[in-house]
Amino acid sequence: MTSHQPLTLQVPEPAVRPGGTPDFSNVKIPKAGAVPRPEVDADPESIRDLAYSIIRVLNRNGEAVGPWAGLLSDEELLEGLRHMMTLRAFDARMLMAQRQGKTSFYMQHLGEEAISCAFRKALSPGDMNFPTYRQAGLLIADGYSMVDMMCQVYSNSRDPLKGRQLPIMYSSKDHGFFTISGNLATQFVQAVGWAMASAIKNDTKIAAAWIGDGSTAESDFHAALVFASTYKAPVILNIVNNQWAISTFQGIARGGSGTFAARGLGFGLPSLRVDGNDYLAVYAVAKWAVERARRNLGPTLIEYVTYRVGAHSTSDDPSAYRPKTESDAWPLGDPVIRLKNHLIVRGVWSEERHKQAEAEILDTVIAAQKEAESYGTLHAGAKPSARDMFEGVYAEMPPHLRKQRQQAGV
Amino acid sequence: MARMTMVEAIRDAMDVMMGRDDGVVVFGEDVGYFGGVFRSTQGLQQKYGKTRCFDTPISEAGIVGTAIGMAAYGLKPCVEIQFADYMYPAYDQIVSEAARLRYRSNGEFTCPLVVRMPTGGGIFGGQTHSQSPEALFTHVSGLKTIVPSNPYDAKGLLIAAIEDPDPVIFLEPKRLYNGPFDGHHDRPVTPWSKHDLSEVPSGYFTVPLGKATVVREGSAMTVLAYGTMVYVAQAAAAETDIDAEIIDLRTLLPLDMDTIAASVRKTGRCVIVHEATLTSGFGAELAALVQEACFFHLEAPIARVAGWDTPYPHAQEWDYFPGPARVGRALVETMEG
Repeated sequence: MTSHQPLTLQVPEPAVRPGGTPDFSNVKIPKAGAVPRPEVDADPESIRDLAYSIIRVLNRNGEAVGPWAGLLSDEELLEGLRHMMTLRAFDARMLMAQRQGKTSFYMQHLGEEAISCAFRKALSPGDMNFPTYRQAGLLIADGYSMVDMMCQVYSNSRDPLKGRQLPIMYSSKDHGFFTISGNLATQFVQAVGWAMASAIKNDTKIAAAWIGDGSTAESDFHAALVFASTYKAPVILNIVNNQWAISTFQGIARGGSGTFAARGLGFGLPSLRVDGNDYLAVYAVAKWAVERARRNLGPTLIEYVTYRVGAHSTSDDPSAYRPKTESDAWPLGDPVIRLKNHLIVRGVWSEERHKQAEAEILDTVIAAQKEAESYGTLHAGAKPSARDMFEGVYAEMPPHLRKQRQQAGV
Repeated sequence: MARMTMVEAIRDAMDVMMGRDDGVVVFGEDVGYFGGVFRSTQGLQQKYGKTRCFDTPISEAGIVGTAIGMAAYGLKPCVEIQFADYMYPAYDQIVSEAARLRYRSNGEFTCPLVVRMPTGGGIFGGQTHSQSPEALFTHVSGLKTIVPSNPYDAKGLLIAAIEDPDPVIFLEPKRLYNGPFDGHHDRPVTPWSKHDLSEVPSGYFTVPLGKATVVREGSAMTVLAYGTMVYVAQAAAAETDIDAEIIDLRTLLPLDMDTIAASVRKTGRCVIVHEATLTSGFGAELAALVQEACFFHLEAPIARVAGWDTPYPHAQEWDYFPGPARVGRALVETMEG
């Protein structure tokens, strides 16, 4: 017999479920400008606090304040706003296209546009991103063809990936965008290897790894941190904490125990936490980490605090597991509106010009969509050849595949 | 020409390729300073420096995952998993990533990677130092899978694997590292120096991937084997006095079906031997392919001699390992069948 009480298992629950009143009072939001900006060669030990705060530039009045402000010109900010608006419009059109049966699947970025769009602008040509399926802003902000993106989503005759890949699993070496895999977290450690290769060859290129809050629970996340730290690889380890992994809140990945950024501290990595809905803050932090990596000072871990406003994917209905109005209560607001307000405060933008830009962007996206659809959609029009199915498994087709291709009659 | 053990031949292959191509990097657990637990990388760090040959954290997924990133960058990593039994944490990276980079990116990204792993039993390795997981690789589209059986092939195949533009799983039967082994565990082991195939050319040469070799010509039946079982099959043929044609497959995928089919059409009988467990093992694929290609030439059912469908035991090593007695019985029964 034991004198102890029976043990019980903890299973974390989000603060609120459907029908409840959204509550983010547990998310501690420091004032914009409050977090100091260390030198890029700072000793990771000396900046541990940065893993527990949130670096923010834009305040409630739309002003850029504090030590992380002042890095971008008006023109660059206007371009950034355009990128985010384009990604949002692109998402809306592709979401609709999926509902219309033109493709099987889509995943939007709603609410997270600032992260990939701003980060891309801190990189240089030749650097390589290892993205998840929710960083298409890296492509938009680098000027990748929207028609090509849509052709991939439609798996049509112009699909750069020949119809082999699920929609949104883009690949573009020229735009520093590594081929997306459906298997979560695998790319996080590959990015470290790519960065190690750059260091082995005494190159000057750096890599950026991407992962979501949920996928930090995968073992590849851990492997990436160990290898990045051991070999001081020139890599930026980006965690996008959008609070949700499909239906599981971030607490199931043990968010709330420290922070995701704090995971890096045990590996001696400089670890920053940033307002993911603040284009200026994302850019500033990315720039800091890029410079650190480029100067051979080693890797940086960054947690972007944001909120997944949309459904996980077109196959998901978030109203089944979280309050419908939760995104309205999100304390860091909307990245597009916040940058828009900032530009208005600076006197280089207006509500009118914003509306006009929205209309122009929509026209551009629709024009791209029309062109993409002229090359076919998933179930109509031209499509990739069945022959393409057998190509590219190996550099050279082995005999057994040649035989199967013949059997398939292609 | 020089006499080499299989370990020396494997090390020499990496040495040759590291010398020829500064994109070749070698890493894994204990691979750097120490030179590997089987000495396969001894001296490479000293010769080529710490950024070409280095120790890693104990993380198979990390080893293969970083290697994939390096391969995508343009290097040619040749990495080691200390035992094939420990490849499972890396299996996601191998199957979902290395094998598919070329296909899913339509050739934008490729993965010229070699993953070396000591494999096979016969060394009292118990459950986690004896496994033969080749069927878990041959089932994966996009991988090539190799099992050498002697120093000459080991060097030539490894050089070819490192040069190959696609990911290659290179399974090294550790029972053969220091000498051929025919399953007679009660006899002293002959070192490689007494064997013809330990004559290995110095410098660069290749043994092409996808080509089997006939190690014993015969007319009575065809025996398909690879790795350690090549020697077991030879012993079994000698002891049963059956004129078996023994084929060392060398590459399991892509498979040299021409050599196999030509032999079975000639002999009319086929016995397949491997150390790996029977059910859904690579022997099942071989049996299916042989009956498809040689149905009207077959005079007896295709036989398979394999490890039992159990985890690899420790004390019962020689009851488990398909030795010459068991293989011999299959040869006799197939002649009668």
